[in-house]
Amino acid sequence: MSNLIAHWNYFLVIALMMIGFYAVIARGNMVKKMVGLTIFQTSVFMLYISMGKVANGTAPILTGDATTLYANPLPHVLILTAIVVGVATTAVGYALIIRVYESYGTIEDDELIKIIEAEENAEASNA
Amino acid sequence: MSGFFVNAALISLLTLIAFLAIRLHRLFAVVMLSGAFSLVAATLFVVLDAVDVAFTEAAVGAGISTILALATLSLVPANEKPHDFAFVPAFLAFATAAMLAVAVADLPVFGDVNAPIHNHVAPDYLQGSAEDIAIPNVVTSVLASYRGFDTLGETVVVFTAAIAVLLVLGGWTRRK
Repeated sequence: MSNLIAHWNYFLVIALMMIGFYAVIARGNMVKKMVGLTIFQTSVFMLYISMGKVANGTAPILTGDATTLYANPLPHVLILTAIVVGVATTAVGYALIIRVYESYGTIEDDELIKIIEAEENAEASNA
Repeated sequence: MSGFFVNAALISLLTLIAFLAIRLHRLFAVVMLSGAFSLVAATLFVVLDAVDVAFTEAAVGAGISTILALATLSLVPANEKPHDFAFVPAFLAFATAAMLAVAVADLPVFGDVNAPIHNHVAPDYLQGSAEDIAIPNVVTSVLASYRGFDTLGETVVVFTAAIAVLLVLGGWTRRK
């Protein structure tokens, strides 16, 4: 129980992460998968930022007072980079979704698999 | 202790938004909820003393990603085909959560000043920033100066992603 209180932020972040993970692996709609990925990604950011937190500390902007406690700036820098890179990869994902829809007329996983299998069967019977 | 309640309230709100986002079938609502998720996450980052991360998340996570998703929705169907609850993925998610929970129990206590993460290079950066770079915001001095090459790498990744989007959606690769 003492563990539960000492690590509560991490446990809640794990719960959020798993909601995103479930959306990525269980949902067939590609836009939904991307939203799930965004939720997963943001939860990972929260995990890192939680590690940088110092109790009774403040944001890492120097006050000039030697007794001030600061939060660790390193996870913040890492996550700043990760947010920007995350959005860049999300943009590529959405571009691919648009192309898949143009080529196959659907963005649902199961329908897409059926269409591709039907195409492969047609090719095999032609050959 | 007040920090505990603010944090817990924000994370509960996030959990609610995330839960609704995977339950709803209208994708416009899902995308707007994902924007709201990023915005509440930005608030949580302020509470956790990460102000630079908070405004990046609010601008890039809640702003640009939502715009990208809405732009995509203007070109693809805006409704998801209804699905049943999927048991195998749910089990996988629970199993992963259990493993992560076991691993997390080994982490230092939340907010601990003596955690290993606070005793490596971070004190050097906090002390050196004022003399070496003369910028009071340590996050900025680490991002742009101490770890400038990492930021250059980030820019390369963003550039590559931009080229990839242009190649995927541009005219050259399309069959007419």
